Amino acid sequence: MSTATATDKRKAPAGERVADWADGRLGIYSLAKSNMRKIFPDHWSFMLGEICLYSFIIIILTGVYLTLFFHPSMNEVVYHGSYVPMQGVRMSEAYASTLDISFDVRGGLLIRQIHHWAALIFVAAMLVHMMRVFFTGAFRKPREVNWVFGFLLLVLGMFTGFTGYSLPDDLLSGTGVRFMEGAILSVPIVGTYLSMFLFGGEFPGHDFVARFYSIHILLLPGIMLGLLVAHLILVFYHKHTQFAGPGRTNNNVVGMPLLPVYMAKAGGFFFLVFGVIAVISAIASINPIWALGPYIPDHVSTGAQPDWYMGFSEGLIRAMPGWEINLWGHTLVLGVFIPLVIFPLVLAAIAVYPFIESWVTGDKREHHILDRPRNAPTRTGFGVAWLTWYVILLIAGGNDMFAQYFHLSINAITWFARIGFFVGPVIAFVITKRICLGLQRRDRDKVLHGRETGIIKRLPHGEFVEVHEPLSPGKLHTLTAHEQYKPAEIGPTVDENGVERKVKLMEKLRVKLSKGYYGEDHQIPKATAEEYKEIQSGHGHH
Amino acid sequence: MSSQDIPEDKHLPTEQGDAHHGGVAVADDPFADPGLPAHKPRIQDIDERAAKRSERTVAMLFTLSMLATIGFIASYVTIPVDKIVYIWPFGHVSGLNFALGVTLGIALFCIGAGAVHWARTLMSDVEVADERHPIEAAPEVKAKVLADFADGARESDIGRRKLIRNTMLGALAMVPLSGVVLLRDLGPLPEDKLRKTIWAKGKLLINQNTMEPLRPEDVAVGSLTFAMPEGLEEDQHDYMQQIAKAALMIVRIQPEDIKDKQELEWSHDGIVAYSKICTHVGCPISLYEQQTHHVLCPCHQSTFDLSDGARVIFGPAGHALPQLRIGVNDEGFLEALGDFEEPVGPAFWERG
Repeated sequence: MSTATATDKRKAPAGERVADWADGRLGIYSLAKSNMRKIFPDHWSFMLGEICLYSFIIIILTGVYLTLFFHPSMNEVVYHGSYVPMQGVRMSEAYASTLDISFDVRGGLLIRQIHHWAALIFVAAMLVHMMRVFFTGAFRKPREVNWVFGFLLLVLGMFTGFTGYSLPDDLLSGTGVRFMEGAILSVPIVGTYLSMFLFGGEFPGHDFVARFYSIHILLLPGIMLGLLVAHLILVFYHKHTQFAGPGRTNNNVVGMPLLPVYMAKAGGFFFLVFGVIAVISAIASINPIWALGPYIPDHVSTGAQPDWYMGFSEGLIRAMPGWEINLWGHTLVLGVFIPLVIFPLVLAAIAVYPFIESWVTGDKREHHILDRPRNAPTRTGFGVAWLTWYVILLIAGGNDMFAQYFHLSINAITWFARIGFFVGPVIAFVITKRICLGLQRRDRDKVLHGRETGIIKRLPHGEFVEVHEPLSPGKLHTLTAHEQYKPAEIGPTVDENGVERKVKLMEKLRVKLSKGYYGEDHQIPKATAEEYKEIQSGHGHH
Repeated sequence: MSSQDIPEDKHLPTEQGDAHHGGVAVADDPFADPGLPAHKPRIQDIDERAAKRSERTVAMLFTLSMLATIGFIASYVTIPVDKIVYIWPFGHVSGLNFALGVTLGIALFCIGAGAVHWARTLMSDVEVADERHPIEAAPEVKAKVLADFADGARESDIGRRKLIRNTMLGALAMVPLSGVVLLRDLGPLPEDKLRKTIWAKGKLLINQNTMEPLRPEDVAVGSLTFAMPEGLEEDQHDYMQQIAKAALMIVRIQPEDIKDKQELEWSHDGIVAYSKICTHVGCPISLYEQQTHHVLCPCHQSTFDLSDGARVIFGPAGHALPQLRIGVNDEGFLEALGDFEEPVGPAFWERG
């Protein structure tokens, strides 16, 4: 071909020459071949994960800036900066430098507030993103490992947040650190040792700000960065999930290419997130440490609350009765230690769920089509039960605030939380499941009888009927595309030779759970083609 | 309402009986996947003027961003860092913080809005399907990998030379111990540090408000006084650690109202001194109800009855606040008659 020879002769444009150079060393063409036009499906809920990613980047950018001015030291200084109410007050260098960032460094307050707001949004976005993944079943094979990565990011995000807001050494955060120290002391046998080692002696000591600093800016974010990269690589490798719809199958992914559409949409979204956080930080003050004063162990303010993502641990400790057992010269501080144990268990419940569900279903296939939450009523029920649990603990964690704003008795709120901790999730589970089943019935109805149009028609003999419009083929497909499992059965207990085998306990449990997930009354059988044809061909009774 | 929205009779569950040869919906499998719907063109795809309008919108957003960045720099240079301005509805705020945040926000947001608008209105929105491939390797790949692994393992002889394997595992298991040992100097051993405070016999009670030694007549019924031991100074190196244990709260209760016998014995003329540090997780207790002599910890709402041995009457605390035995010295000042008899603050394993 003549054009080919022409291409050979012309000098390649500069961009191409740079790419050639890079390809010879990094192999970028092979990488781009499979990724540059990679297809991403479109759904609003798929951008929740992007909010996490972008707020994480914003946190790193602003965090690096803050390290330029923050002094992670507990050396005592007397403040002589420009914030008049604190002049002459003794405080740690950490607190003093945070005042400087807020009042003397131009733009320092803005960056501090962006950092804090982005952290709040980061953890919130992770939780909501995980809710999306959970309720649509996106955690199923092959994505269980990525679910665990995401879970670890959530937990590490919480602790990075905690170590971060403890750094300014203000009265509020110091109270939070004291709470943590008290919780550590409750650990049987090693509690006092852990506390002494963490604080370099007795609380508060002179070390924890510097130690939290290296944990906050290096150790935890370093691990998180690794997990985040792995998380994204897996998202690329697995390709994104999609909802069922015309043309969308388990073997394809339908959407628009990375270059240019998602480059622009996702890239643009970063700026949208950053822009919104910047404006929030301009107009809404967060953690005004100057109003709280420096930390002194015998001072406290009322209404002390942790950042929201630590609120449920606060709830656990507030709702728990103060049990203490003294035996053989030792104290078992159950009133603090039990919440300390439940705290990771509440979180671990999320982490292990995909493995429990795949054990119950026994399904070894890959799943790339998302479930609508209603089509997995038991899973959805569990999810809402967990959230109910979480919200009840948040209420318990803010019992003083709720008492104050709603003029309620603090004792009543605490008792509500104590009972709600056990009863709330059960009620939520039952109600959610019923709602899901109701929605399934409505889907079935819509498929078989069509959409209610709201148009009333009078028949020749005087009867009024509502006109039902049949659904489009695409809609019919979408509403019937979900799979419905059959409940597991205990296999034959007698083999071909008549020898009886013992049914294992785990097998019994699995069958019981499976019946609870997929048995009669736990899912509504979806419309079959036969039913549809019969109704469509029969006489129009709705 | 367009004509498409009104169902025509032939779509209704039918009296005419034409359903079998009718629409696609009643083909062999009525729920079959009809395939990707045809692309619906946007206004920008068919009308160049609309496309131009979109182009101008995107360019305007990018320009706005540039202006906002200039505004950011101008604010940084011109607005003094300590300038307070009134901005409705936010009230009195730092002018610089407000200007920088809003301009930065606009500069960023407009880039994002421009890019998204560009993607949504001008870039192709034709949906494309990509094939998925199973994540699992093909059986022959798996077989090859297993064979390679077997080769490698055999060549290393790790299975046969057990001595090498076991000593290597031993060495690898032991080497992290050095790292653990190195953590020893993170802090001292607990010993009895949590059992003792600097209170001792004869130490005066210093009022933390006035920094003067307290006399019994300084403590009125219904008031809550915070005190610390004589000799503890704010600029002392270990002030924080000491005050975290020694902080005291003092109230006066009519002696006949004191229900606990030991409390009465350890008090002086109705003046009782209790540890201020909550026995739950160590917050300082600061809320006092005069009528009932209840004190409340503001952190987790543990409530103690100071007229009854400071026993817990509500909340998550596990045991009563420790009481400090007090008396009056020759010069008429309140003094401690010893240290607390039990550890103050949160409970721990060795507390007993």
